[in-house]
Amino acid sequence: MLDDFFVRALLAGIGLALTTGPLGCLVVWRRMAYFGDTMAHSALLGVALSLFFEINLLLSVFGVAVAVSLLLLFLQRRQGLSADSLLGILSHSTLAIGLVLVAFMSWVRIDLIAFLFGDILAVTTTDILLIWLGGAFVVGCLVLLWRPLVASTVSHDLAEAEGLNPGRARLFFMLLMALVIAIAMKIVGILLITALLIIPAATARRFSASPERMAVLASLLGALAVVGGLFGSLQADTPSGPSIVVAALALFIASLLPSLGKGLAQTAKPDGERR
Amino acid sequence: MLMPSSARQQSLVSLANAGIRRQGRWLVRGVDLTLSRGEIVTLIGPNGAGKSTTAKLAIGVLRPDEGSVQRADGLAIGYVPQKLSIDWTMPLSVERLMHLTGRLAETDLAAALEAVGIPHLRKAEVQHLSGGEFQRALLARAIARKPDLLVLDEPVQGVDFAGETALYGLIGEIRNRTGCGILMISHDLHMVMAGTDTVVCLNGHVCCRGTPAAVSQSDDYRKLFGAPGAGLALYTHRHDHTHLPDGRVLHRDGSVTDHCHPDDGHHHGHPHAHGIHDGHDHHPGHDHAHHDPRDAGAGEAHRHA
Repeated sequence: MLDDFFVRALLAGIGLALTTGPLGCLVVWRRMAYFGDTMAHSALLGVALSLFFEINLLLSVFGVAVAVSLLLLFLQRRQGLSADSLLGILSHSTLAIGLVLVAFMSWVRIDLIAFLFGDILAVTTTDILLIWLGGAFVVGCLVLLWRPLVASTVSHDLAEAEGLNPGRARLFFMLLMALVIAIAMKIVGILLITALLIIPAATARRFSASPERMAVLASLLGALAVVGGLFGSLQADTPSGPSIVVAALALFIASLLPSLGKGLAQTAKPDGERR
Repeated sequence: MLMPSSARQQSLVSLANAGIRRQGRWLVRGVDLTLSRGEIVTLIGPNGAGKSTTAKLAIGVLRPDEGSVQRADGLAIGYVPQKLSIDWTMPLSVERLMHLTGRLAETDLAAALEAVGIPHLRKAEVQHLSGGEFQRALLARAIARKPDLLVLDEPVQGVDFAGETALYGLIGEIRNRTGCGILMISHDLHMVMAGTDTVVCLNGHVCCRGTPAAVSQSDDYRKLFGAPGAGLALYTHRHDHTHLPDGRVLHRDGSVTDHCHPDDGHHHGHPHAHGIHDGHDHHPGHDHAHHDPRDAGAGEAHRHA
Protein backbone atom coordinates (compact mmCIF):
# COMPACT_ATOMS: atom_id res chain seq x y z
CA MET A 1 0.00 0.00 0.00
CA LEU A 2 2.84 2.35 0.92
CA ASP A 3 4.28 1.78 -2.52
CA ASP A 4 1.74 4.13 -3.96
CA PHE A 5 2.94 7.73 -3.87
CA PHE A 6 -0.61 8.96 -3.42
CA VAL A 7 -1.24 6.85 -0.33
CA ARG A 8 2.06 8.03 1.13
CA ALA A 9 1.04 11.61 0.47
CA LEU A 10 -2.31 11.05 2.16
CA LEU A 11 -0.71 9.48 5.22
CA ALA A 12 1.86 12.23 5.52
CA GLY A 13 -0.66 15.01 5.08
CA ILE A 14 -3.18 13.58 7.55
CA GLY A 15 -0.45 13.00 10.13
CA LEU A 16 0.66 16.59 9.81
CA ALA A 17 -2.89 17.98 9.94
CA LEU A 18 -3.63 16.10 13.16
CA THR A 19 -0.57 17.77 14.70
CA THR A 20 -1.21 21.27 13.44
CA GLY A 21 -4.81 21.29 14.76
CA PRO A 22 -4.18 21.94 18.47
CA LEU A 23 -0.99 23.88 17.76
CA GLY A 24 -2.83 26.09 15.30
CA CYS A 25 -5.58 26.79 17.84
CA LEU A 26 -2.99 28.10 20.27
CA VAL A 27 -1.45 30.21 17.50
CA VAL A 28 -4.85 31.73 16.74
CA TRP A 29 -5.85 32.30 20.39
CA ARG A 30 -2.52 33.86 21.21
CA ARG A 31 -2.67 36.06 18.11
CA MET A 32 0.62 34.65 16.90
CA ALA A 33 -0.26 34.03 13.27
CA TYR A 34 2.39 36.39 11.99
CA PHE A 35 4.84 34.98 14.48
CA GLY A 36 4.28 31.52 13.00
CA ASP A 37 4.75 32.95 9.55
CA THR A 38 8.06 34.49 10.56
CA MET A 39 9.33 31.22 11.97
CA ALA A 40 8.25 29.44 8.80
CA HIS A 41 9.96 31.95 6.52
CA SER A 42 13.17 31.56 8.47
CA ALA A 43 13.12 27.91 7.44
CA LEU A 44 14.64 28.84 4.08
CA LEU A 45 17.64 30.25 5.91
CA GLY A 46 17.77 26.89 7.64
CA VAL A 47 17.78 25.14 4.28
CA ALA A 48 20.61 27.33 3.01
CA LEU A 49 22.70 26.80 6.13
CA SER A 50 22.13 23.09 5.98
CA LEU A 51 23.47 23.01 2.42
CA PHE A 52 26.37 25.29 3.23
CA PHE A 53 27.59 23.43 6.29
CA GLU A 54 26.39 20.05 5.08
CA ILE A 55 24.36 19.36 8.18
CA ASN A 56 21.02 17.61 8.57
CA LEU A 57 18.24 19.61 6.96
CA LEU A 58 15.65 19.01 9.68
CA LEU A 59 18.08 19.95 12.42
CA SER A 60 19.18 23.08 10.63
CA VAL A 61 15.64 24.31 9.97
CA PHE A 62 14.62 23.58 13.57
CA GLY A 63 17.68 25.39 14.90
CA VAL A 64 17.13 28.51 12.81
CA ALA A 65 13.43 28.66 13.71
CA VAL A 66 14.26 28.42 17.41
CA ALA A 67 16.99 31.05 17.08
CA VAL A 68 14.63 33.44 15.30
CA SER A 69 11.91 33.01 17.91
CA LEU A 70 14.37 33.58 20.76
CA LEU A 71 15.78 36.63 18.99
CA LEU A 72 12.28 37.95 18.61
CA LEU A 73 11.51 37.47 22.30
CA PHE A 74 14.71 39.26 23.18
CA LEU A 75 14.00 42.18 20.85
CA GLN A 76 10.43 42.49 22.09
CA ARG A 77 11.66 42.75 25.63
CA ARG A 78 13.83 45.71 24.68
CA GLN A 79 10.68 47.43 23.50
CA GLY A 80 12.32 49.43 20.75
CA LEU A 81 10.06 48.56 17.82
CA SER A 82 6.53 47.31 17.81
CA ALA A 83 6.07 43.57 17.62
CA ASP A 84 4.66 43.52 14.12
CA SER A 85 7.48 45.63 12.70
CA LEU A 86 10.02 43.29 14.29
CA LEU A 87 8.19 40.31 12.86
CA GLY A 88 8.12 41.89 9.42
CA ILE A 89 11.84 42.60 9.54
CA LEU A 90 12.79 39.13 10.71
CA SER A 91 10.34 37.31 8.49
CA HIS A 92 11.42 38.82 5.22
CA SER A 93 15.09 39.25 5.96
CA THR A 94 15.53 35.58 6.92
CA LEU A 95 13.71 34.57 3.75
CA ALA A 96 15.83 36.94 1.66
CA ILE A 97 19.10 35.89 3.25
CA GLY A 98 18.15 32.29 2.63
CA LEU A 99 17.48 32.98 -1.05
CA VAL A 100 20.71 34.95 -1.45
CA LEU A 101 22.79 32.25 0.24
CA VAL A 102 21.29 29.57 -1.98
CA ALA A 103 22.12 31.64 -5.05
CA PHE A 104 25.71 32.01 -3.86
CA MET A 105 26.22 28.30 -3.67
CA SER A 106 26.58 27.77 -7.35
CA TRP A 107 27.74 24.20 -6.80
CA VAL A 108 24.37 23.03 -5.52
CA ARG A 109 21.21 22.82 -7.55
CA ILE A 110 18.12 22.75 -5.47
CA ASP A 111 14.48 22.84 -6.32
CA LEU A 112 13.48 26.09 -4.64
CA ILE A 113 9.86 25.63 -5.58
CA ALA A 114 9.73 22.36 -3.64
CA PHE A 115 10.92 24.13 -0.51
CA LEU A 116 8.63 27.11 -0.93
CA PHE A 117 5.47 25.23 -1.82
CA GLY A 118 6.14 21.68 -0.68
CA ASP A 119 6.40 18.41 -2.51
CA ILE A 120 4.04 16.07 -0.72
CA LEU A 121 3.96 13.60 -3.56
CA ALA A 122 7.66 12.91 -3.03
CA VAL A 123 7.46 11.88 0.64
CA THR A 124 9.23 8.69 1.54
CA THR A 125 8.28 6.04 4.10
CA THR A 126 10.93 7.54 6.39
CA ASP A 127 9.26 10.92 6.07
CA ILE A 128 5.92 9.40 7.07
CA LEU A 129 7.51 7.76 10.09
CA LEU A 130 9.07 11.08 11.03
CA ILE A 131 5.78 12.93 10.66
CA TRP A 132 3.80 10.50 12.77
CA LEU A 133 6.43 10.04 15.49
CA GLY A 134 7.22 13.73 15.59
CA GLY A 135 3.54 14.55 15.52
CA ALA A 136 2.79 12.17 18.38
CA PHE A 137 5.57 13.78 20.36
CA VAL A 138 4.23 17.28 19.69
CA VAL A 139 0.65 16.35 20.56
CA GLY A 140 1.82 14.55 23.70
CA CYS A 141 3.73 17.63 24.86
CA LEU A 142 0.71 19.84 24.13
CA VAL A 143 -1.51 17.58 26.22
CA LEU A 144 0.93 17.81 29.13
CA LEU A 145 1.28 21.58 28.81
CA TRP A 146 -2.34 22.24 27.90
CA ARG A 147 -3.49 23.81 31.15
CA PRO A 148 -0.65 26.33 31.50
CA LEU A 149 -0.84 27.12 27.79
CA VAL A 150 -4.57 27.80 27.81
CA ALA A 151 -4.41 29.66 31.13
CA SER A 152 -1.57 31.91 29.99
CA THR A 153 -3.45 32.58 26.76
CA VAL A 154 -6.20 34.06 28.92
CA SER A 155 -3.76 35.90 31.17
CA HIS A 156 -0.05 35.44 31.59
CA ASP A 157 -0.09 37.18 34.97
CA LEU A 158 -2.91 35.06 36.26
CA ALA A 159 -1.20 31.84 35.24
CA GLU A 160 2.03 33.06 36.81
CA ALA A 161 0.37 34.14 40.07
CA GLU A 162 -1.39 30.84 40.44
CA GLY A 163 1.77 28.85 39.96
CA LEU A 164 1.51 27.46 36.42
CA ASN A 165 4.87 28.69 35.13
CA PRO A 166 3.61 30.15 31.84
CA GLY A 167 7.11 31.24 30.80
CA ARG A 168 8.27 27.66 30.60
CA ALA A 169 5.11 26.64 28.77
CA ARG A 170 5.66 29.38 26.20
CA LEU A 171 9.25 28.30 25.61
CA PHE A 172 8.13 24.73 24.99
CA PHE A 173 5.37 25.99 22.75
CA MET A 174 7.90 27.76 20.55
CA LEU A 175 10.15 24.71 20.41
CA LEU A 176 7.18 22.59 19.35
CA MET A 177 6.25 25.12 16.72
CA ALA A 178 9.81 25.09 15.34
CA LEU A 179 9.68 21.30 15.25
CA VAL A 180 6.36 21.25 13.39
CA ILE A 181 7.67 23.78 10.88
CA ALA A 182 10.73 21.63 10.25
CA ILE A 183 8.53 18.59 9.73
CA ALA A 184 5.88 20.35 7.67
CA MET A 185 8.24 22.06 5.25
CA LYS A 186 8.30 19.11 2.87
CA ILE A 187 4.52 18.72 2.88
CA VAL A 188 3.13 22.16 2.21
CA GLY A 189 6.27 24.26 1.89
CA ILE A 190 7.63 27.23 3.76
CA LEU A 191 5.14 29.73 2.44
CA LEU A 192 2.05 27.70 3.22
CA ILE A 193 2.80 26.13 6.63
CA THR A 194 0.99 28.85 8.55
CA ALA A 195 -2.12 28.27 6.46
CA LEU A 196 -2.34 24.73 7.77
CA LEU A 197 -2.00 26.08 11.31
CA ILE A 198 -4.51 28.89 11.09
CA ILE A 199 -7.23 28.02 8.59
CA PRO A 200 -8.48 24.75 10.15
CA ALA A 201 -8.42 26.37 13.61
CA ALA A 202 -10.41 29.35 12.40
CA THR A 203 -12.87 26.99 10.70
CA ALA A 204 -13.31 24.99 13.90
CA ARG A 205 -14.08 28.04 16.01
CA ARG A 206 -17.68 28.33 15.04
CA PHE A 207 -18.54 24.76 15.95
CA SER A 208 -16.69 24.60 19.26
CA ALA A 209 -17.95 25.23 22.75
CA SER A 210 -14.63 24.62 24.50
CA PRO A 211 -10.93 25.05 23.69
CA GLU A 212 -10.45 21.30 23.79
CA ARG A 213 -13.24 20.63 21.31
CA MET A 214 -11.85 23.29 19.01
CA ALA A 215 -8.40 21.67 19.09
CA VAL A 216 -9.77 18.27 18.15
CA LEU A 217 -12.08 19.68 15.50
CA ALA A 218 -9.23 21.68 13.96
CA SER A 219 -7.26 18.45 13.58
CA LEU A 220 -10.16 16.71 11.88
CA LEU A 221 -10.90 19.64 9.58
CA GLY A 222 -7.21 19.85 8.68
CA ALA A 223 -7.20 16.17 7.78
CA LEU A 224 -10.32 16.66 5.70
CA ALA A 225 -8.62 19.53 3.86
CA VAL A 226 -5.60 17.31 3.14
CA VAL A 227 -7.77 14.55 1.72
CA GLY A 228 -9.89 16.97 -0.30
CA GLY A 229 -6.89 18.90 -1.55
CA LEU A 230 -4.94 15.83 -2.61
CA PHE A 231 -7.85 14.29 -4.47
CA GLY A 232 -8.53 17.64 -6.08
CA SER A 233 -4.91 17.98 -7.15
CA LEU A 234 -5.02 14.46 -8.59
CA GLN A 235 -8.17 15.21 -10.56
CA ALA A 236 -7.24 18.67 -11.80
CA ASP A 237 -3.50 18.12 -11.98
CA THR A 238 -2.75 21.09 -9.74
CA PRO A 239 0.19 21.49 -7.31
CA SER A 240 -0.58 19.50 -4.19
CA GLY A 241 0.50 21.88 -1.39
CA PRO A 242 -1.50 24.85 -2.65
CA SER A 243 -4.42 22.55 -3.40
CA ILE A 244 -4.54 21.49 0.25
CA VAL A 245 -4.61 25.10 1.35
CA VAL A 246 -7.36 25.88 -1.16
CA ALA A 247 -9.39 22.96 0.20
CA ALA A 248 -8.89 24.28 3.75
CA LEU A 249 -10.05 27.69 2.61
CA ALA A 250 -13.14 26.14 0.97
CA LEU A 251 -14.01 24.50 4.31
CA PHE A 252 -13.53 27.81 6.09
CA ILE A 253 -15.81 29.64 3.68
CA ALA A 254 -18.38 26.88 3.99
CA SER A 255 -18.26 27.29 7.78
CA LEU A 256 -19.25 30.91 7.34
CA LEU A 257 -22.47 30.02 5.52
CA PRO A 258 -25.23 30.90 7.96
CA SER A 259 -27.48 27.86 7.51
CA LEU A 260 -24.73 25.27 7.68
CA GLY A 261 -23.09 26.97 10.60
CA LYS A 262 -26.33 27.13 12.52
CA GLY A 263 -27.14 23.48 11.98
CA LEU A 264 -23.69 22.28 12.92
CA ALA A 265 -23.50 24.59 15.88
CA GLN A 266 -26.65 23.08 17.26
CA THR A 267 -25.40 19.54 16.92
CA ALA A 268 -22.09 20.58 18.40
CA LYS A 269 -23.77 22.05 21.45
CA PRO A 270 -26.52 19.63 22.41
CA ASP A 271 -26.90 21.14 25.87
CA GLY A 272 -27.49 24.54 24.31
CA GLU A 273 -26.80 27.90 25.80
CA ARG A 274 -29.14 29.45 28.22
CA ARG A 275 -28.58 32.92 27.11
CA MET B 1 1.47 49.28 60.35
CA LEU B 2 -1.86 48.72 61.87
CA MET B 3 -3.21 45.23 61.97
CA PRO B 4 -4.88 42.95 64.45
CA SER B 5 -2.08 41.79 66.73
CA SER B 6 -3.45 38.24 66.79
CA ALA B 7 -2.78 37.88 63.09
CA ARG B 8 0.66 39.41 63.10
CA GLN B 9 2.55 36.16 63.40
CA GLN B 10 0.90 34.51 60.39
CA SER B 11 2.28 36.66 57.64
CA LEU B 12 1.26 35.47 54.17
CA VAL B 13 3.31 37.90 52.20
CA SER B 14 5.59 40.73 53.12
CA LEU B 15 7.34 43.36 51.08
CA ALA B 16 10.35 45.07 52.57
CA ASN B 17 11.54 48.25 50.91
CA ALA B 18 10.49 46.73 47.61
CA GLY B 19 10.87 48.69 44.40
CA ILE B 20 10.67 48.03 40.73
CA ARG B 21 12.35 49.96 37.95
CA ARG B 22 11.56 50.01 34.26
CA GLN B 23 13.60 51.95 31.74
CA GLY B 24 15.32 54.03 34.35
CA ARG B 25 12.13 55.01 36.09
CA TRP B 26 10.96 53.69 39.42
CA LEU B 27 7.39 52.50 39.14
CA VAL B 28 7.21 52.05 42.87
CA ARG B 29 9.90 52.23 45.44
CA GLY B 30 10.37 51.65 49.13
CA VAL B 31 7.16 49.74 49.66
CA ASP B 32 6.80 48.04 53.02
CA LEU B 33 3.74 45.91 53.30
CA THR B 34 2.71 42.92 55.33
CA LEU B 35 -0.41 40.94 54.86
CA SER B 36 -1.53 38.38 57.36
CA ARG B 37 -4.15 35.70 57.47
CA GLY B 38 -7.62 37.16 57.93
CA GLU B 39 -6.50 40.66 57.06
CA ILE B 40 -7.81 42.94 54.34
CA VAL B 41 -5.42 45.53 52.94
CA THR B 42 -6.61 47.98 50.31
CA LEU B 43 -4.21 49.85 48.04
CA ILE B 44 -5.45 53.16 46.79
CA GLY B 45 -3.83 55.83 44.68
CA PRO B 46 -4.17 57.79 41.47
CA ASN B 47 -3.51 56.35 38.01
CA GLY B 48 0.07 55.23 37.60
CA ALA B 49 0.67 55.19 41.33
CA GLY B 50 1.97 51.63 41.14
CA LYS B 51 -0.98 49.84 42.72
CA SER B 52 -1.08 46.97 40.24
CA THR B 53 2.70 46.83 40.18
CA THR B 54 2.76 46.49 43.96
CA ALA B 55 0.18 43.71 43.80
CA LYS B 56 2.21 41.92 41.12
CA LEU B 57 5.28 42.19 43.33
CA ALA B 58 3.33 40.63 46.17
CA ILE B 59 2.19 37.64 44.12
CA GLY B 60 5.48 37.05 42.36
CA VAL B 61 4.51 38.04 38.82
CA LEU B 62 7.16 40.74 39.03
CA ARG B 63 10.45 40.44 40.86
CA PRO B 64 11.69 43.40 42.85
CA ASP B 65 14.73 45.31 41.57
CA GLU B 66 15.33 46.54 45.07
CA GLY B 67 14.31 45.28 48.48
CA SER B 68 12.70 41.92 49.03
CA VAL B 69 9.42 40.09 48.86
CA GLN B 70 8.67 37.04 50.94
CA ARG B 71 5.75 34.70 50.59
CA ALA B 72 4.68 31.92 52.93
CA ASP B 73 5.60 28.43 51.71
CA GLY B 74 2.99 26.78 49.53
CA LEU B 75 0.89 29.89 49.44
CA ALA B 76 -2.21 29.36 47.28
CA ILE B 77 -3.11 32.56 45.49
CA GLY B 78 -6.38 33.53 43.86
CA TYR B 79 -5.89 36.44 41.50
CA VAL B 80 -8.33 38.71 39.73
CA PRO B 81 -6.25 40.79 37.31
CA GLN B 82 -7.23 44.28 36.34
CA LYS B 83 -7.39 43.64 32.63
CA LEU B 84 -7.99 40.55 30.61
CA SER B 85 -8.40 40.33 26.89
CA ILE B 86 -9.63 37.00 25.63
CA ASP B 87 -9.45 36.63 21.90
CA TRP B 88 -12.82 36.04 20.33
CA THR B 89 -11.47 32.93 18.62
CA MET B 90 -11.16 31.14 21.94
CA PRO B 91 -14.35 29.36 22.92
CA LEU B 92 -14.45 29.72 26.68
CA SER B 93 -17.50 29.20 28.82
CA VAL B 94 -17.76 30.47 32.36
CA GLU B 95 -17.54 26.87 33.50
CA ARG B 96 -14.31 26.30 31.58
CA LEU B 97 -12.93 29.59 32.90
CA MET B 98 -13.50 28.31 36.42
CA HIS B 99 -11.19 25.36 35.72
CA LEU B 100 -8.58 27.57 34.11
CA THR B 101 -5.66 27.07 36.47
CA GLY B 102 -6.73 23.87 38.19
CA ARG B 103 -9.52 21.38 38.42
CA LEU B 104 -12.27 22.27 40.89
CA ALA B 105 -14.70 20.10 42.78
CA GLU B 106 -18.20 20.44 41.35
CA THR B 107 -19.61 21.65 44.67
CA ASP B 108 -16.98 24.39 44.99
CA LEU B 109 -17.61 25.52 41.45
CA ALA B 110 -21.38 25.71 41.88
CA ALA B 111 -21.11 27.37 45.29
CA ALA B 112 -18.76 30.06 43.98
CA LEU B 113 -21.00 30.90 41.03
CA GLU B 114 -23.97 31.00 43.39
CA ALA B 115 -22.11 33.28 45.78
CA VAL B 116 -21.31 35.89 43.14
CA GLY B 117 -24.82 35.67 41.76
CA ILE B 118 -24.27 34.19 38.30
CA PRO B 119 -25.22 30.49 38.53
CA HIS B 120 -27.38 30.97 35.43
CA LEU B 121 -24.37 32.03 33.34
CA ARG B 122 -22.46 28.81 33.84
CA LYS B 123 -22.63 27.74 30.18
CA ALA B 124 -22.37 31.24 28.74
CA GLU B 125 -19.34 32.21 26.69
CA VAL B 126 -17.22 34.75 28.51
CA GLN B 127 -17.01 36.97 25.42
CA HIS B 128 -20.75 37.49 25.68
CA LEU B 129 -20.74 38.59 29.31
CA SER B 130 -21.12 42.19 30.31
CA GLY B 131 -18.24 43.84 32.15
CA GLY B 132 -19.92 43.35 35.50
CA GLU B 133 -20.82 39.73 34.83
CA PHE B 134 -17.29 39.00 33.71
CA GLN B 135 -15.88 40.50 36.92
CA ARG B 136 -18.21 38.29 38.92
CA ALA B 137 -17.04 35.25 36.97
CA LEU B 138 -13.41 36.15 37.63
CA LEU B 139 -14.11 36.62 41.32
CA ALA B 140 -15.95 33.29 41.45
CA ARG B 141 -12.98 31.60 39.82
CA ALA B 142 -10.56 33.07 42.33
CA ILE B 143 -12.60 32.19 45.42
CA ALA B 144 -13.51 28.69 44.24
CA ARG B 145 -9.84 27.79 44.46
CA LYS B 146 -9.98 28.40 48.21
CA PRO B 147 -6.81 30.48 48.22
CA ASP B 148 -4.79 31.56 51.24
CA LEU B 149 -4.36 34.92 49.63
CA LEU B 150 -6.88 36.66 47.41
CA VAL B 151 -5.49 39.44 45.27
CA LEU B 152 -8.20 41.54 43.68
CA ASP B 153 -7.21 44.27 41.26
CA GLU B 154 -10.27 46.51 41.06
CA PRO B 155 -12.62 43.58 41.45
CA VAL B 156 -15.86 45.52 41.09
CA GLN B 157 -15.05 47.53 37.96
CA GLY B 158 -18.11 47.66 35.75
CA VAL B 159 -20.35 46.19 38.43
CA ASP B 160 -23.49 48.17 39.19
CA PHE B 161 -23.79 49.88 42.53
CA ALA B 162 -26.03 47.36 44.24
CA GLY B 163 -23.83 44.55 42.94
CA GLU B 164 -20.73 46.36 44.14
CA THR B 165 -22.03 46.46 47.67
CA ALA B 166 -23.05 42.83 47.52
CA LEU B 167 -19.66 41.76 46.16
CA TYR B 168 -17.80 43.73 48.81
CA GLY B 169 -20.05 42.06 51.33
CA LEU B 170 -19.18 38.69 49.83
CA ILE B 171 -15.46 39.43 49.94
CA GLY B 172 -15.71 40.32 53.60
CA GLU B 173 -17.71 37.17 54.22
CA ILE B 174 -15.07 35.03 52.55
CA ARG B 175 -12.42 36.58 54.74
CA ASN B 176 -14.48 35.89 57.85
CA ARG B 177 -15.31 32.34 56.87
CA THR B 178 -12.01 31.12 55.43
CA GLY B 179 -9.59 33.40 57.18
CA CYS B 180 -7.70 34.12 53.96
CA GLY B 181 -5.80 37.33 53.54
CA ILE B 182 -7.06 39.80 50.96
CA LEU B 183 -5.07 42.37 49.04
CA MET B 184 -7.38 44.67 47.18
CA ILE B 185 -6.82 47.52 44.78
CA SER B 186 -9.22 50.35 44.39
CA HIS B 187 -8.76 53.49 42.41
CA ASP B 188 -12.27 54.40 43.27
CA LEU B 189 -11.72 56.39 46.40
CA HIS B 190 -15.39 56.68 47.10
CA MET B 191 -15.60 53.06 47.81
CA VAL B 192 -12.97 51.48 49.95
CA MET B 193 -14.49 48.35 51.26
CA ALA B 194 -15.88 48.38 54.75
CA GLY B 195 -13.96 45.79 56.68
CA THR B 196 -10.63 46.92 55.29
CA ASP B 197 -8.14 46.72 58.12
CA THR B 198 -5.48 48.82 56.52
CA VAL B 199 -5.55 51.31 53.69
CA VAL B 200 -2.26 51.99 51.96
CA CYS B 201 -2.06 55.14 49.89
CA LEU B 202 0.37 54.80 47.02
CA ASN B 203 1.84 57.35 44.70
CA GLY B 204 5.09 55.79 43.56
CA HIS B 205 5.81 55.26 47.22
CA VAL B 206 3.72 54.73 50.31
CA CYS B 207 2.23 58.13 51.14
CA CYS B 208 0.30 57.12 54.17
CA ARG B 209 -1.32 54.13 55.71
CA GLY B 210 -3.57 53.17 58.52
CA THR B 211 -7.15 52.38 59.25
CA PRO B 212 -9.55 53.80 56.68
CA ALA B 213 -10.63 56.36 59.26
CA ALA B 214 -7.11 57.52 60.01
CA VAL B 215 -6.07 57.68 56.35
CA SER B 216 -8.98 59.79 55.25
CA GLN B 217 -8.03 62.32 57.90
CA SER B 218 -4.34 62.45 57.12
CA ASP B 219 -2.75 65.41 55.38
CA ASP B 220 -0.93 63.20 52.91
CA TYR B 221 -4.17 61.68 51.79
CA ARG B 222 -5.73 65.07 51.31
CA LYS B 223 -2.75 66.31 49.37
CA LEU B 224 -2.99 63.32 47.07
CA PHE B 225 -6.70 63.18 46.55
CA GLY B 226 -7.92 66.64 47.36
CA ALA B 227 -9.70 68.10 50.30
CA PRO B 228 -12.63 66.24 51.77
CA GLY B 229 -14.78 69.18 50.84
CA ALA B 230 -14.48 68.11 47.23
CA GLY B 231 -16.72 65.22 48.02
CA LEU B 232 -14.09 62.58 48.53
CA ALA B 233 -14.82 60.30 51.36
CA LEU B 234 -13.72 56.85 52.25
CA TYR B 235 -17.00 55.92 53.75
CA THR B 236 -20.26 56.99 52.40
CA HIS B 237 -21.94 53.90 53.62
CA ARG B 238 -24.18 53.84 56.55
CA HIS B 239 -24.55 50.34 57.78
CA ASP B 240 -27.85 50.39 59.46
CA HIS B 241 -28.22 46.69 60.01
CA THR B 242 -26.21 43.54 60.44
CA HIS B 243 -27.02 40.04 59.29
CA LEU B 244 -26.70 37.70 62.21
CA PRO B 245 -25.26 34.22 61.73
CA ASP B 246 -28.69 32.64 62.14
CA GLY B 247 -30.09 34.68 59.29
CA ARG B 248 -31.95 37.20 61.37
CA VAL B 249 -31.24 40.88 61.09
CA LEU B 250 -30.02 43.19 63.80
CA HIS B 251 -30.98 46.76 63.11
CA ARG B 252 -29.22 49.84 64.22
CA ASP B 253 -32.12 50.76 66.43
CA GLY B 254 -31.50 47.57 68.36
CA SER B 255 -34.40 45.53 67.08
CA VAL B 256 -34.07 42.09 65.55
CA THR B 257 -36.21 40.88 62.68
CA ASP B 258 -36.35 37.78 60.51
CA HIS B 259 -35.84 39.62 57.26
CA CYS B 260 -34.98 43.04 56.17
CA HIS B 261 -37.11 45.10 53.86
CA PRO B 262 -36.52 48.67 52.87
CA ASP B 263 -39.90 49.68 54.15
CA ASP B 264 -39.98 47.95 57.51
CA GLY B 265 -39.10 51.11 59.34
CA HIS B 266 -35.78 49.83 60.64
CA HIS B 267 -33.71 51.19 57.82
CA HIS B 268 -32.09 54.48 57.31
CA GLY B 269 -30.98 54.38 53.80
CA HIS B 270 -28.12 52.36 52.50
CA PRO B 271 -27.80 48.95 51.11
CA HIS B 272 -25.96 46.78 53.53
CA ALA B 273 -22.78 44.87 53.67
CA HIS B 274 -23.19 41.44 55.13
CA GLY B 275 -21.53 40.77 58.42
CA ILE B 276 -18.45 42.84 57.93
CA HIS B 277 -19.03 45.56 60.41
CA ASP B 278 -15.98 45.51 62.46
CA GLY B 279 -15.95 48.85 64.00
CA HIS B 280 -15.38 51.29 61.20
CA ASP B 281 -17.47 54.11 62.30
CA HIS B 282 -18.23 57.03 60.16
CA HIS B 283 -16.41 60.23 60.33
CA PRO B 284 -17.96 63.31 61.51
CA GLY B 285 -18.44 65.28 58.38
CA HIS B 286 -18.37 62.24 56.17
CA ASP B 287 -21.55 60.80 57.34
CA HIS B 288 -23.61 62.41 54.69
CA ALA B 289 -21.00 62.83 52.07
CA HIS B 290 -23.29 62.04 49.21
CA HIS B 291 -21.96 64.56 46.79
CA ASP B 292 -20.62 61.57 45.00
CA PRO B 293 -21.95 61.65 41.45
CA ARG B 294 -22.33 57.88 41.53
CA ASP B 295 -25.05 58.26 44.04
CA ALA B 296 -27.21 59.91 41.49
CA GLY B 297 -27.47 56.64 39.67
CA ALA B 298 -27.92 54.55 42.72
CA GLY B 299 -31.49 55.53 43.21
CA GLU B 300 -33.61 55.44 46.26
CA ALA B 301 -31.27 53.16 48.14
CA HIS B 302 -29.45 56.30 49.11
CA ARG B 303 -32.21 58.47 50.23
CA HIS B 304 -31.78 59.03 53.88
CA ALA B 305 -34.78 58.37 56.03
